[in-house]
Amino acid sequence: MAARVRLGFLALVLTLILSSSTLSSAIFEDQVGIADWHQKYIGKVKHAVFHTQNKGRKRVVVSTEENVIASLDLRTGDIFWRHVLGKNDSIDQLNISLGKYVVTLSSEGSILRAWNLPDGQMIWESNLQFSTPSKPLLHVPATIKMGRDNLILVSSGGWLHAISSIDGVIVWRKEFATESLEVKQVLQSPDGDTVSALGYVGSSKFAIYHINAKSGEVLNHRTTSFPIDFSGETAIISSDVLVALDAARSNLFLINFKAENIEYNQVHISDLVQDFSGVTELLPVKLKGIVAIKTALSIFLLRVKGVSEFEVIEKINHPAVVSDALSITEAEQAFAIVQHTESKIEITVKLDNGIINEGNRETIRADQNRGSVQNVFINNYVRTDKSHGFRALIVMEDHSLLLVQQGEIVWSREDGLASIIDLTTSELPVEKEGVSVAEVEHNLFEWLKGHWLKLKGTLLLASPDELAAIQAIRLKSSEKTKMTRDHNGFRKLIIVLTRAGKILALHTGDGRVIWSHFLSLHLSEDCKPYTALRIYQWQVPHHHAMHENPSVLVVGRCGAGFDAPGILSVVDSYSGKELKSLKLAHSITQVIPLTLMDSSEHRLHLIVDSNLHAHLYPRTPDSLNIFRREMSNTYLYSVEAGTSVIKGYSLQNRCNLEVADEYCLKMKELWSIVFPSESEKITTTSTRKMNEVVHTQAKVIGDKDVMFKYISKNMLFVATVAPNAAGEIGSATPDEASLVAYLIDAVTGRILHRVTHQGAQGPVHAVVSENWVIYHYFNLRAHRYEMSVIEIYDQSRADNKDVWKLVLGKHNLTAPITSYARPEVVVKSQSYFFTHSVKAMAVTATAKGITSKQLLIGTIGDQVLALDKRYLDPRRSANPTPAEKEEGIIPLTDSLPINPQSYVTHSLQVEGLRGIVSFPAKLESTTLVFSYGVDLFYTRLAPSRTYDSLTEDFSYALLLITIVALVAAIFATWILSEKKELRDKWR
Amino acid sequence: MTMKRRSMATMAYSSSSSPFPATAPSLLLLLLSLIALSSLLPPTLAAPTGPGEGFSVAGRVKLEGMGSKGFGLPAKTANTKVILNGGQRVTFVRPDGYFAFHNVPAGTHLIEVVSLGYFFSPVRVDISARNPGKVQAALTENRRHLNELVFEPLKEEQYYEMREPFSIMSLLKSPMGMMLGFMLVVVFLMPKLMENIDPEELRRTQEEMRAQGVPSLSSLVARNT
Repeated sequence: MAARVRLGFLALVLTLILSSSTLSSAIFEDQVGIADWHQKYIGKVKHAVFHTQNKGRKRVVVSTEENVIASLDLRTGDIFWRHVLGKNDSIDQLNISLGKYVVTLSSEGSILRAWNLPDGQMIWESNLQFSTPSKPLLHVPATIKMGRDNLILVSSGGWLHAISSIDGVIVWRKEFATESLEVKQVLQSPDGDTVSALGYVGSSKFAIYHINAKSGEVLNHRTTSFPIDFSGETAIISSDVLVALDAARSNLFLINFKAENIEYNQVHISDLVQDFSGVTELLPVKLKGIVAIKTALSIFLLRVKGVSEFEVIEKINHPAVVSDALSITEAEQAFAIVQHTESKIEITVKLDNGIINEGNRETIRADQNRGSVQNVFINNYVRTDKSHGFRALIVMEDHSLLLVQQGEIVWSREDGLASIIDLTTSELPVEKEGVSVAEVEHNLFEWLKGHWLKLKGTLLLASPDELAAIQAIRLKSSEKTKMTRDHNGFRKLIIVLTRAGKILALHTGDGRVIWSHFLSLHLSEDCKPYTALRIYQWQVPHHHAMHENPSVLVVGRCGAGFDAPGILSVVDSYSGKELKSLKLAHSITQVIPLTLMDSSEHRLHLIVDSNLHAHLYPRTPDSLNIFRREMSNTYLYSVEAGTSVIKGYSLQNRCNLEVADEYCLKMKELWSIVFPSESEKITTTSTRKMNEVVHTQAKVIGDKDVMFKYISKNMLFVATVAPNAAGEIGSATPDEASLVAYLIDAVTGRILHRVTHQGAQGPVHAVVSENWVIYHYFNLRAHRYEMSVIEIYDQSRADNKDVWKLVLGKHNLTAPITSYARPEVVVKSQSYFFTHSVKAMAVTATAKGITSKQLLIGTIGDQVLALDKRYLDPRRSANPTPAEKEEGIIPLTDSLPINPQSYVTHSLQVEGLRGIVSFPAKLESTTLVFSYGVDLFYTRLAPSRTYDSLTEDFSYALLLITIVALVAAIFATWILSEKKELRDKWR
Repeated sequence: MTMKRRSMATMAYSSSSSPFPATAPSLLLLLLSLIALSSLLPPTLAAPTGPGEGFSVAGRVKLEGMGSKGFGLPAKTANTKVILNGGQRVTFVRPDGYFAFHNVPAGTHLIEVVSLGYFFSPVRVDISARNPGKVQAALTENRRHLNELVFEPLKEEQYYEMREPFSIMSLLKSPMGMMLGFMLVVVFLMPKLMENIDPEELRRTQEEMRAQGVPSLSSLVARNT
């Protein structure tokens, strides 16, 4: 008997050990980085200011088109600090003041902020008020004068503001709008006592105002009329001469404004430059004594000689970029010219001290996939031999950023990833026999050693060194970064399309870029500007074409405007090679991937143009044949948000074109829903994801009753708001606001359900999955955000619960489902308060749809919250019955709980969050989540915990030891029991 | 957590009429400095009324005393954002915690504070159009009325599961541990208890058990060999 008990004891120990390793929904701090990765970006750089005087950290401060200000390490390109401003708060100017503050001017020159250079803390903020916005100018004194207030001058909106650089107080301001002066340049005299504002009054009068820098009083002003109109482009070349371009863009004016009367000289550009044609631009580069003009073919650098003459000193062929001047000494300045040839970037830094030196020319090999140079910023350093060396920060066409020094790329940043517009995923190649991409990572001894370390870690016996080794083993497990498909389907490629028109493939294991392809680089000149629109899966080889690589389809637009012709590019998912590019004859308003595949497993796509013709792609007879069979069952709909109309169409053979095109199909309007324009305006539409899998249609509820979900791929959710309340929160009162939510069958146009929320307004974020819709909006009466859930059930199947009917075959389970049958639906809905504003919303997707769902909510704090769908169950009630409790229904609360441990981004932020995508892994319990904005974040989620696999933490060594111990114990107790029995028999 | 400067009433608002009369720069200067210093003024001293374009809403985010315990993020204002109306405008707080929105139209607005590691309730701010000196603020989470626009986190957020340190006690306290304890009691104390039972009764019970024929494991193993 004792032996039995002891055995039970051992079994107990075993279960104890096993149960201690089950995974909970939150993660431990030391698990960060095992299944997730986070990448920080800044976007396309607009301005850059170097800060290299100090002995310590050398840095460059940049502002970008994503409204980011960042301080980057000049050695590595890492981010020291970064701030993402509001979406309407674009940065106009950037500078460094007093050697310790970064000053930014944003929102069309109305907000001036100073940030502490070392740590990015905002020091002060100053709001500049004016009525009409104009091009803002920021002037920060270059030299710091001790003992006096160094004023920052801002010219914007017809006002000149002088702001103290220490605390941001507006010292004085002067209005120029009353004199209708448009300020083009602001100068400060070398002693800092007077400020000069130069600009135009009207289009042909030049004016200069001298202002006392201390008080803001106008000392004097002069105005001169010119016989011509000005274009508005100016360049200051010295403290008393300004170069202006006339409106005809054929003459340059040298204006000497220091003299008592403003003097000017006119120079024809055609006299200076041969074969001059097209539009001339005066480039806004700051060079002393030199102006840069850009013609259709080249850039000319002109040196001003005397008061009336120009001399061409350099002719640079396109594409080329000229940097601002960098003054090295009083008399010496340097500037960089960057030229782009076939596969090389040529950087020429020229020293100018009256005569231009040839400077040093550096050539770097450019990555073909970066496009041309967009902008260049230079900075100098003193070499050991006291000569000057230069480093150049180069902004490329694909938004990437390079730092070049001594002909080498010191670092590069792939900042195009800050502006992802669409993405898709691709499986990795199957691991072939004998061809293992990664080496065999462990031999048995190392494997055991690793697990022995882990065991010590769990029993808290490991030393700090060993703990570090454990962490290193966990983080850089080569298993997750392999380039082959894995059993669980965790390893995939995320193929993203950026705003610049570049496609990049990221590995889900560690987020590294596997390949990149810059689409617009390979387009002909007539296809520019190129706008990338969407990315789709084009070919997913499954059965028939296993030997072929999968490919993706990128849909783009050639040129500006919505009716510009489209362009399709097909790119290989494994290599990033562009397989083909097809310029379309028609425009693109809608792309519809169909569920059909042709015989080589290309997915069929319908592209709708602005003339309501649907075009079938790929253009092969095979695909046309396949589609013809399904054509009578294919319906389309279009949502016109501007006019608040939703229309449904069917397809008919042949469009009426001059050229017969059998791939073009005519759309025939079937139905339309016109929302009353005076009371409703469409804000949001949402549908189910095409690839979503639903496991079961039936839902067994607490009292053993069955409800049938109304599952239709054609369900469209539409939210409309009152036009008065279509703006931001705070612009409407509760009485004039209302929100109407519709569930519409997109085939017949039948409205399945309609619900009005009085006193509610947008922005509305909605997600549709299975038979439910969840939407987030603002309740003006309670002044809180709300989330509503609508679940829709099919009542016509409710009778099927009778067993006898099933036995006798009198059920309608086998009746075909058609949209034309009048659905008998029952709708349940409920609303809850939700604390935060929402930026994006998604729902988890798993391979078979068995695992319960979680809602992924991108909050205003740029975090992603995973909220169980069970909290948004319309059957929740304040006091659930025991049967309902057993079913797992949570008692009703008025607001949704926010548990900090259910943030999937844990202590990270996805700055500038714009989208969340969830795609299934092969393992049913697990889903892969990718969220993007300025940052990227990827993780693995198990909404119902990993019920179908052991966790990565699982200690095999402990299991082995336990089994060995168990076997030993069995023998020991057996021997003991034998002995005891023997003793008993002798007694 | 004492209020350091009582005089700093932190709810301030001023109507800013623009364009200013350009002929009176000194008056203008005064007005401007008023606006700039408005965060230092008590509400009653807000800039004069008038049909201005909007109002300034100034307030303060207080993180002092937080972050010292538990979760490692220090109480830094460097990454604290203040968001008006769900992203319409974003501003940052100064080192002393102050922030301001300018040119806010009259109406009811929502201000959210985002600071990693802390949970802030959104705040509803009513700016009266008729009576520009009047601003009301209330937390939307618990409807608590705010006298001053001072934002304090409702709680700190702990994003990670705490890893319990391995200890024998925690093992013993778990249900498994309790069962284990019970087992030990059965194995080691029961025989002792058995000794105290009347031997006759014990024999009778053993007889009964034998009659039921419960095979002991030891006999099972022995039979197999």
